[in-house]
Amino acid sequence: MMCMTCGCGKGQTLIGGRALGGSHSLARQRKPGEEMHYRVRGEDATHTHPHNHTPAHSPAHDTIDFGAGPAGAHAPGMSQSRMVKIERDILAKNNDYADQNRRYFSRHGIFALNLVSSPGSGKTTLLVKTITALNGAQSLAVIEGDQQTDNDAARIRAAGAPALQINTGKGCHLDAHMVGQAMQRLDLKEDSLLLIENVGNLVCPAGFDLGEAHKVVIFSVTEGEDKPLKYPDMFRAADLMLLNKCDLLPHLDFDADLAVENARRVNPTIRVIRVSATSGEGVAEWLGWIKAGCHSTVSAKQKTL
Amino acid sequence: MHEMSIAESVLQIIEDKARTDGYTKVKAVWLEIGQLAGVEKESLRFCFDVVTRDSIAQDARLEIIETAGQGWCLECACSVAVTARYEPCPSCGSFQIEVTGGEEMRVKELEVE
Repeated sequence: MMCMTCGCGKGQTLIGGRALGGSHSLARQRKPGEEMHYRVRGEDATHTHPHNHTPAHSPAHDTIDFGAGPAGAHAPGMSQSRMVKIERDILAKNNDYADQNRRYFSRHGIFALNLVSSPGSGKTTLLVKTITALNGAQSLAVIEGDQQTDNDAARIRAAGAPALQINTGKGCHLDAHMVGQAMQRLDLKEDSLLLIENVGNLVCPAGFDLGEAHKVVIFSVTEGEDKPLKYPDMFRAADLMLLNKCDLLPHLDFDADLAVENARRVNPTIRVIRVSATSGEGVAEWLGWIKAGCHSTVSAKQKTL
Repeated sequence: MHEMSIAESVLQIIEDKARTDGYTKVKAVWLEIGQLAGVEKESLRFCFDVVTRDSIAQDARLEIIETAGQGWCLECACSVAVTARYEPCPSCGSFQIEVTGGEEMRVKELEVE
């Protein structure tokens, strides 16, 4: 079954074609073979599990014990309810995994980028262009996130870089636990570049830290100039925006300056590079930005050693 | 944002805490959700109902405390109310606003037995 908001669900995540190892800690633990109970309240007439009503009944059903509840006491008219303070961030578990990934990256001098965009913005083509332009000058690996198929990882491998595909099944974003598992399988090199291509989706990946140094949002000129206003969370979360497919600008009624202005309305500090994977425009500037990031990651590692 | 994952994470926090605190039934859950957290409240309610089925939080009442969005306007150098990320400063019209509050997503407390 799917999430009514974004079409995501659980239990179909594959990394490089294999099921996600261990328990996927962001999901509730279920017994093997147990189906996710995605039913709307009131649909189900059968009711098989026991309830804990107050007052508590003894097994023999012949006494009513008002003191059997966890609080062990009773005040007239009061149930055994009590309040439990929690004060815990809902995404704390994901953030813990993201911190583990981030520590691993800094220990090994790995500059990790989380590439996010809507589907069809040209992320994979831009990645292939990036890999060929780097031409072996920088050791790198790619993690590809898609709901299904390993087409993208195959394209990256054909371009000459090691790549691992994560299939999220019905899931609409990568989370830090999936990325951590993929990292173990990828054999990342010391002082390397890790490019994580997230699932094409401008909504959900914004809230899930993977441990990356930066989120990079790819926004193509075949989309609308107001996309940053429609999906502000993603443009807010990103440090760099690549305005892609700029070679098409002469053929389109797209105001690139307005698109940049809109992005800066939601994120005043976002950096913008205009690129085209087809013509190569802006690719040198993008590579320069990557190299600077790799360089500072390696120097930061050396300082801590 | 991704309400199903959020609902799953809330249930996991509740179940983790149940192991240490020894409660067997959750009657109400208080969440604090910031206005700028990107969470659709009605969608979260629906997802919460779905994921808590047959769990210790089945039929629990979900109380969502919404915290207001706040920002620091770099032009005015003062704190301003922010209702959406793309909105200008209410006093000077500038978009140079750093969000300082309203992004929270927390499980505050539970009523249990």
